[in-house]
Amino acid sequence: MVKKIIFLIFIFIIVIALQKILTKYGIEFYLTQIIMSIYYTICILGLCLLMGYAGQISLGQAGFFAIGGYTSAVLTTLNLMPYFQQNNKFILFLIKLNAAAFREDMFGEKILTITPFAAFCFAIIFSAIIAFLIGIPVLKLKGHYLAMATLGVGIIIYRIVLGTQIFGCADGIYDLPEFKLFANLAISGSSKLRVQNYYIAIVILSIILILLYNLINSRIGRALRAIHTSEDAAEALGINTARYKLYVFVISAIIAAIAGCLLTHFNGGISPAEASIMKSVKYVAIVAVGGMANFYGVMFMGIILQFLSLRGYFGSFDDLIFGAILVAMMLFSSEGLFNIFKLRKKYE
Amino acid sequence: MDFSYYFQYFLSGLTNGSTYIIVAIGFNIIYNSTGIINFAQGEFLMLGAMTTVSYLKFMPLALAIICAVFTTMLIGFLIDLLFIRTLHKPTVLKMIIITIGLSIIIQELALHIWDEKVKTLPYFTGSLDTTIKIFNAYISPQVLWVLGSSIFIIIILNLFFKYSLIGKAMRACAVNKEVARLCGINTKNIISLSFIISSGIGAFAGCVITPLSQVQYNCGTPIAIKGFTVAILGGLGNNNGAIIAGIFLGIIESFSILFLPLAYKEAIATIILLIILICKPSGFLGKKELQSLKEF
Amino acid sequence: MNNLLEIKNLTKSFGGLIAVNNVSFVVREGIIKSIIGPNGAGKTTLFNLISGFYKSDDGEIIFKNQKINKLKPFQIAKKKIIRTFQNIKLFSNMTVLENIMTGLHLSGKSGFIASMFKFPNSLIEEKKIKKKSFEILEKFNLTKVANENVSNLPFGQQRIIELARAYSSEPELLLLDEPAAGLNIYETMELAEIIKQINNNKTTILLVEHDMALVMKISNEIVVLNSGQKIAEDIPEKIQKNPEVIKIYLGEENA
Repeated sequence: MVKKIIFLIFIFIIVIALQKILTKYGIEFYLTQIIMSIYYTICILGLCLLMGYAGQISLGQAGFFAIGGYTSAVLTTLNLMPYFQQNNKFILFLIKLNAAAFREDMFGEKILTITPFAAFCFAIIFSAIIAFLIGIPVLKLKGHYLAMATLGVGIIIYRIVLGTQIFGCADGIYDLPEFKLFANLAISGSSKLRVQNYYIAIVILSIILILLYNLINSRIGRALRAIHTSEDAAEALGINTARYKLYVFVISAIIAAIAGCLLTHFNGGISPAEASIMKSVKYVAIVAVGGMANFYGVMFMGIILQFLSLRGYFGSFDDLIFGAILVAMMLFSSEGLFNIFKLRKKYE
Repeated sequence: MDFSYYFQYFLSGLTNGSTYIIVAIGFNIIYNSTGIINFAQGEFLMLGAMTTVSYLKFMPLALAIICAVFTTMLIGFLIDLLFIRTLHKPTVLKMIIITIGLSIIIQELALHIWDEKVKTLPYFTGSLDTTIKIFNAYISPQVLWVLGSSIFIIIILNLFFKYSLIGKAMRACAVNKEVARLCGINTKNIISLSFIISSGIGAFAGCVITPLSQVQYNCGTPIAIKGFTVAILGGLGNNNGAIIAGIFLGIIESFSILFLPLAYKEAIATIILLIILICKPSGFLGKKELQSLKEF
Repeated sequence: MNNLLEIKNLTKSFGGLIAVNNVSFVVREGIIKSIIGPNGAGKTTLFNLISGFYKSDDGEIIFKNQKINKLKPFQIAKKKIIRTFQNIKLFSNMTVLENIMTGLHLSGKSGFIASMFKFPNSLIEEKKIKKKSFEILEKFNLTKVANENVSNLPFGQQRIIELARAYSSEPELLLLDEPAAGLNIYETMELAEIIKQINNNKTTILLVEHDMALVMKISNEIVVLNSGQKIAEDIPEKIQKNPEVIKIYLGEENA
């Protein structure tokens, strides 16, 4: 218990120190890539729950990230002004609920769009529903078949966002408004709010991490780990494996969608690349190298690798490196590099 | 529209279909001996074509193709040697991830060795403008090359598996590896052989289709997905099923232009894949009991 | 005594092979009944049918006067029919304690949301489950290895852990699939004692076994299967002398 608290204080100090140092040396802009890495890592943690703990492989995680991001993007940029001018009752109702609001777009024109918060809620619910509907048939599959089915789902989502007008086709969607939170805080790409956004991202990451840890160390968590090792034995003990796999799939998708939403607001836009298979594969690579069933390991490797990738340290070899990581991890240490530092919660 | 139009679509579908069949057979051969689905299968086609393009600079086409096929077979063998044999605790998950990783590595290396441009090969006989008239439809002689070589490969493989000692050994491994080992069959070599054969036929198929549909460093993945769809449709491990499934997919894709926008043509294979996985993963001709995947 | 479990005309085939052929028998409440027969007789198939892992082609499985043919395995477990497996299926990524706690899964109710947000109910439940697990560990003499990963333990002990895990679900009917497989004489004797004690605690036991000594020692009744058909059903003494039974194990001459 004491060890855990010391570790947390240590992390706390590093987090703050990092920001202070970057600010002091005038390279605060590094924070931008760090923030992006954090949001990608949140998405990857969702995959870690699904793959590492529940043992279900998914090559389509980027698809759910994109569903979250694109839904937010579309809703917060779609101009509902024409409906307002026609006195459409539904639109007026939305305005009353504060779900729709007036703002200025990047050309200075006054437009009416769904508020970021309402869009966020809708995106989460929407992703959950899609994950639920997809999960029901797909999770009956195992091994290769499951991998291929999730790959197929990812491809279809990619093709949809790439080919549909409302999603901006190859250009994607841009000009998203800030996502205003409470007390003057906002998720935004503006450089003035960069430090603020760093802490916001850290807090959200922490919340997700805590929730995931709570889940894993509970009765449900045991059931999930049981399903991973021996689905038959789990069933024989009364665990409804089909339903649990579905719920985990949906939760993993929701986490990806949350990350997608928030990062899209931070970036101010989204493009089809976020839904690409390569992204899904990268996420799988990071879960593998982080230790499969090891949230801290995946988190560290996620932030570090994504940061390096985003800052371009891997250059044109970016995809190659992630491919090589996958192969190397499977050959040499399928437990991931980070299991040496793995924090195990011991039962007293 | 008259008959010749439909015939054109039919032949086009058949042509693409035969490429998918070869890829599917490649999947099946490796799956049968190892239980692994080789996600890098499409890359063998790409490599076959790309290396031919390079070899073409200093040798005639026929020789270039032969060298390319052998080079790719060597690469297939190396993949088995370096990555499959060295695996200590093989599990389905690990194998999936390894072959995906290999697929990416090969693609990226191809990008750096060649470049991102689309490349092509000369027509085996004739040129871009040559056409042959069959049933009032004008087709390129290359189409006949594709169909002919696919049929040739299928027949040779059939004979090989049925009558040769090694072929029978491979079939034995496919059914029960443990017992095959007890009969004195060196299963590790059989696995290497299956990689060599799969990469070889893949490479050749890649060469023969390139004059028609060109090749690019990343063309392996879409082809692999279609080949995988065909393999599953026909029943994983079932080569005869793959033939029927390949013709089916090729023709559906080809005729889809009549009802769907071109942009959706690519998605058809993926949608069929999802449908078959959800409804009957054992495929048209597979038995339900075979649905359980082989152990590595 | 009531009939806890009734098997009526149960049939299951795979392709052309009839694995279980019109088998009928009953298991009365509170007894230990064994199913024996040569390899391939259909014993494990029978277990898989009862526990819901296979769907029967024909016939009925009735538990406490309810037809349970169509239920999924987890639903059958909820009815307090718990089974073990021929090749041990312990959760190798967990400790002994965690395996037992998973066995107590059905005694809890908290779902995903409650667990994630640590609702008070879920915390109380966890405490109860942990306490009960320690009691079970105590009962099976496993307290010393509570925090060991199960894969590090010897095979004989793993068998007992699987038994303990099955027992922790408080089953009314316990299906044991070859529990003595791979155990030596001493371990088998220990197993016999444990099974008898479980039976004394009002759990009905149906077991599949090859170890004749164990079977004869602890069973109240025995069912003999051969090639999917029931050959005999009786008390151990009579089974030992049954010519049909002797024939299928030892051949014609010895009958």
